[in-house]
Amino acid sequence: MKLSTGLTRRTFLKGAGAAAAATILGDLGFDLTPVALAAQNLRIKTAKENMTVCCFCSVGCGAIVHTSDGKVINIEGDPDNPLNQGTLCSKGQAMYQLTKNKRRLDTVLYRAPGAKDWQTKDWDWAMKEIAKRVKKTRDSSFMEMDEAGITVNRTEAIAQLGGAAHDNEECYLLSKLGRALGIVYLEHQARI
Amino acid sequence: MAKAMLVDLSKCIGCRACQVACKEWNQNAGEKTENTGTYENPPDLSPQTWTKIKFVEQNSGDNVKWLFRRMMCQHCTDAACEKVCPPKAISHLETTAVVIDQEKCTGCKYCISACPFNVPRYDAADNKAKKCTLCIDRISNGLIPACAKVCAPGAVQFGERSDMVKLAKARMDALKTKGVNDLRLYGESELGGLGVMVLMTAAAEDYGFPDKPSFPVSVNLWQDYLKPLTIVAGGGGILAVLVSFIGSIGYKHKQEGGE
Amino acid sequence: MGPTFGRGAMTQSWIDIKNSDVIMVCGSNPAENHPVSFKWVTKAMENGAKLIVVDPRFTRTASKADIFAHLRPGTDIAFFGGIINYIITNKMYHEDYIKSYSNASYLINPGYSFKDGLFSGYNDKDRKYVTDSWSYQTNDAGATIKDATLQDPACVFQLMKQHYSRYTPEIVAKTCGIPQAKFQEIAKTFAATGAKDKAGTLLYAMGLTQHTVGVQNIRAFSIIQILLGNMGIAGGGINALRGESNVQGSTDFGLLAGSLPGYNNLPDAAKHPTLAKYKESEVTKTGFTQNRAKWLISMLKAWWGDNASADNDFAYHYLPKNGAGFQKSGYTWIALFEAMYAKQIKGLLCWGQNPAVSGPNSNLETAALEKLEWMMVADLWKTETAEFWKRPGVKPENIKTEVFLLPAALSYEKQGSITNSGRLIQWRYKATDAPDKAKDDLWMVDTLYKEIKALYQGDPNAKFPAPILNLNWDYGQEPDSKMVAKEINGYTVADKKQLASFAKLADDGSTGCGNWIYSGYFVGDGPADNKAAARDTKADPGGLGLYPGWGYSWPLNRKIIYNRCSCDTAGNPWNPQKVLVQWDGAKWITNDVADFGAKDAATGNPITPDKTASAPYIMLAEGQARIFVPKGAIKDGPFPEQYEPVESVIKNPLSAQQINPAAKIWGADKDKLTAFGSKICPIIAITYRVTEHWQTGSMTRNLPWLTELMPEMFVEISPVLAERKQIAHGDWVTVASARGTVSARAIVTERLQGFKLCTGEPEVAGMPFHYGYTGLVTGGPDEDKNYSVNQLSPHVAEPNTGMPEYKTFLVDVRKAVT
Repeated sequence: MKLSTGLTRRTFLKGAGAAAAATILGDLGFDLTPVALAAQNLRIKTAKENMTVCCFCSVGCGAIVHTSDGKVINIEGDPDNPLNQGTLCSKGQAMYQLTKNKRRLDTVLYRAPGAKDWQTKDWDWAMKEIAKRVKKTRDSSFMEMDEAGITVNRTEAIAQLGGAAHDNEECYLLSKLGRALGIVYLEHQARI
Repeated sequence: MAKAMLVDLSKCIGCRACQVACKEWNQNAGEKTENTGTYENPPDLSPQTWTKIKFVEQNSGDNVKWLFRRMMCQHCTDAACEKVCPPKAISHLETTAVVIDQEKCTGCKYCISACPFNVPRYDAADNKAKKCTLCIDRISNGLIPACAKVCAPGAVQFGERSDMVKLAKARMDALKTKGVNDLRLYGESELGGLGVMVLMTAAAEDYGFPDKPSFPVSVNLWQDYLKPLTIVAGGGGILAVLVSFIGSIGYKHKQEGGE
Repeated sequence: MGPTFGRGAMTQSWIDIKNSDVIMVCGSNPAENHPVSFKWVTKAMENGAKLIVVDPRFTRTASKADIFAHLRPGTDIAFFGGIINYIITNKMYHEDYIKSYSNASYLINPGYSFKDGLFSGYNDKDRKYVTDSWSYQTNDAGATIKDATLQDPACVFQLMKQHYSRYTPEIVAKTCGIPQAKFQEIAKTFAATGAKDKAGTLLYAMGLTQHTVGVQNIRAFSIIQILLGNMGIAGGGINALRGESNVQGSTDFGLLAGSLPGYNNLPDAAKHPTLAKYKESEVTKTGFTQNRAKWLISMLKAWWGDNASADNDFAYHYLPKNGAGFQKSGYTWIALFEAMYAKQIKGLLCWGQNPAVSGPNSNLETAALEKLEWMMVADLWKTETAEFWKRPGVKPENIKTEVFLLPAALSYEKQGSITNSGRLIQWRYKATDAPDKAKDDLWMVDTLYKEIKALYQGDPNAKFPAPILNLNWDYGQEPDSKMVAKEINGYTVADKKQLASFAKLADDGSTGCGNWIYSGYFVGDGPADNKAAARDTKADPGGLGLYPGWGYSWPLNRKIIYNRCSCDTAGNPWNPQKVLVQWDGAKWITNDVADFGAKDAATGNPITPDKTASAPYIMLAEGQARIFVPKGAIKDGPFPEQYEPVESVIKNPLSAQQINPAAKIWGADKDKLTAFGSKICPIIAITYRVTEHWQTGSMTRNLPWLTELMPEMFVEISPVLAERKQIAHGDWVTVASARGTVSARAIVTERLQGFKLCTGEPEVAGMPFHYGYTGLVTGGPDEDKNYSVNQLSPHVAEPNTGMPEYKTFLVDVRKAVT
């Protein structure tokens, strides 16, 4: 089993193993070759282990994402993580279907004013267009000083939401960019 | 050494991680379901659903109880399904698992009729009977079954049978001192000992288990006298007779609420 | 929590629950919403702990409880107040603890009063308090006057005793609907943890906070925990079970109105017009917050680098300053959507959030989205928010909002850290690529910034471009989360050396640090320097499950905060079996990282226990936990007081004040409320989550293994209500409030019961808030119907936090006409 960077090898597979299992089955006197084959065919045997933390609630359960050639083949609890010791709940155990899912967005979409449906767009166009709107709205609403003459340098015409589903490093940049733009209507899931 | 699973219903919180873990490991599909006025779903075991939690509410005045029961193959030592299987597709392995060899299964459904717990399900898509394998691929490789691994409160345990019995007895002693009655270790001896023992805090029938799970006499009859005939004769005529025979003698499944 | 103890975070770790003797679950449902936490609840119970569950409905958590009580929604303060009264009356408090570690002995200004539901200083015109009279008495030297015997009638202890003497078991029964005998059993069981060597813990969540008295709910329980000496000890504490995987982290990083990373306040125009004024108001003379200038200035250095210097007050003016906000009610969630509905807000950047389902009064909030000129949504799915212009009942051609929907990567398609509810930071690795053109949010933010910067560079007439152009922003061509982590951790400006902790932060511009509380989590480039990725499970000092070698807990890897309180003033642990820290006569033994001065930073010499005995709550200026919260820290009263929810069928049994006098009532055309006494909506509605779905459902209603478990929107009602309404098990019903209607399947169950001890025996309807109108399942079979429960909930907010009152409002339930 290959492991993610910097991690020690776990004793994930121990005990008899497939060959021994086949022998035991054979000793019972049945012709059990297909079952024995099934037993040998543990699909995570040569998988790479990638450590993650569940994306749902805030317990912070560790999970192992098993991949083969970069494709996810299994996800189960990380037995080393002291918080969950290999266990998960129904949601955490279903994380597998987040990546194996045809409903995931895989391209940039744009909805024009009054349009009844989406259009497919590319990243470069979308980011440039969003940037233009951010600038236009910020600049046309920007308040450098309030009625009392205090420097406030803010815009009250752009709102920013979100963050609880993100990594810390992303949250930090969301905070940094939002405040650098002068956004004060800045909220996320913690409020609700 | 015989292995066993212990399902300690006094610890089950009904989170159904076991249901999803079973689907994930076995790559069984999610089903389209409806809410029928209960949290319980899918409505029954199926070729795609090898385990499910049954939600049972009991009320006496202001006192509400919410029981959670796992439905799954109990992996009987005296496995009726194994006995009745004409092509010997079902085996009780030394690992404790009772497994249907999908290559050999002919879709005759005898196992379904014979099971005292109403577990195997017929899959019309490939004409095979399907059920829990006790994660035979995992346990043969030193891993524990997916449902045992995933269970957060530790309601599902897997290990040496003697250890599981000890664990259950200790838990029952502890619960007794807390004043919990109606304790039972179901499957310690039933049907030669179940591979999946269940620690209950209510009567077996409250959970929808038969109080005394029995190995139908006629199954013995089948095993010892009639099945050899089918193998020898191999003829369609005698089989047709026997299908109706099995149908008439098989364990009479009690209708369970909500199913 | 913040006003009482100084920090608004879970005080323990999840594993520490196993060390509890009594676990009170109130306003949360861990078996369903944090199922793996039940591993530790179960462990505690195996060790003999008792589980008490108090909830409006019998949950999966309740199924495992030793004692369960149905509580009428919105009456937690009456319940907790009753327990406070019980503890005082029966002298079950931990006397040494409250004398040493709380403000019980402080004398209060004679101007303070409480009469028939109102505290002194109330102004009914703007529904606000002037809090000046809620203050400590001081002597001529400015020191607080105390009475160590707790006998002075003006001392906090006596005022508390008097305040809660009204909260009798009879009042609890009448208000909460809990029979007196059951209440006494609960109070007795929990109060028993006032014994020195016993620990009781509270597990709460949105069931306590999402009320117009949300902060006071937590305050009330905090007082119980102070009285019983349950704070800062193993197995004790007050634990907010956070809902999202990184809602702790996102809060730590200041993604809330008025907040900056590390819980520094965003400058307020009136209070902090200049850096000097900011320091005057935010930097305390005592307590650990005397270092606050170091934290803010180091952040400004991290953000604006060489452009932040002593000469320009470290670019303090680059930060936006809050004004009064919409209708003088700030910038928090409800104000934000009211401002949007009033067309003040024209553009929205929405990162992985789904307000069309999660926001209160979502008919108003989705109508507000229509008023936007443009909206950007980054998500994994076509959420209800992204497709609000297609929602049931609207014509897309009438909606002019432009929408950009950006496909995002999920947690294991990128790498970075997240912080769990117990402040534990853990690292996640990338396992696989995101689908096709989807990108991680780090890339999106980075790219968006670069595009915006380019526009500002090219426009000589742009408005105040300096904070954008001068922003210190270099995380590589393809942004690298590790480079961001290094900036967050902090470094020396001169030689770019990573800092080992926040102890070295300075206020002279010599250090940069993005978020001081995270300082120490990413200390260099070596394999062991990413502390969030640490995976040592061997070390478990004291056998308490602290696991210091696993990940990194802010601050400074402390697992249980305020742990000085686990010992008496001389440093002897209250419970010798569960030692967090202990003075051995010469030095501190620290199984947990000391949350107090244990060693002199300069000399390394031990600091004797007497030096820290008077100030174990290091984040408060007084250093002692606040039973009474003095002026300025809280807006709706120094003691928690029971008021009814804004929508209620019961007249407040405690006073003439029906609702929280400081609660904000909004007045847009869609802000309808059911008035007290109205017969149209007589049923109390509560909302919640189930194990099998998560939040707005976008992450779970698209997963077949979960949709099969909980396929449809439902409403749980009692058999009594079902019979009255001729509703059968599994029927489709309509649930209506003053604001909207939704369809749901009826689950008729004894797990919900009317409150027979309350006037009118009100009934309850319980609904999950996971459903909507997009996804693999939407909540029902009919795409033209509404299944999102927040179409029913009101826009009314808690006065301190702006948290909406989701957990109690009024509805009617009717059999659907088919």
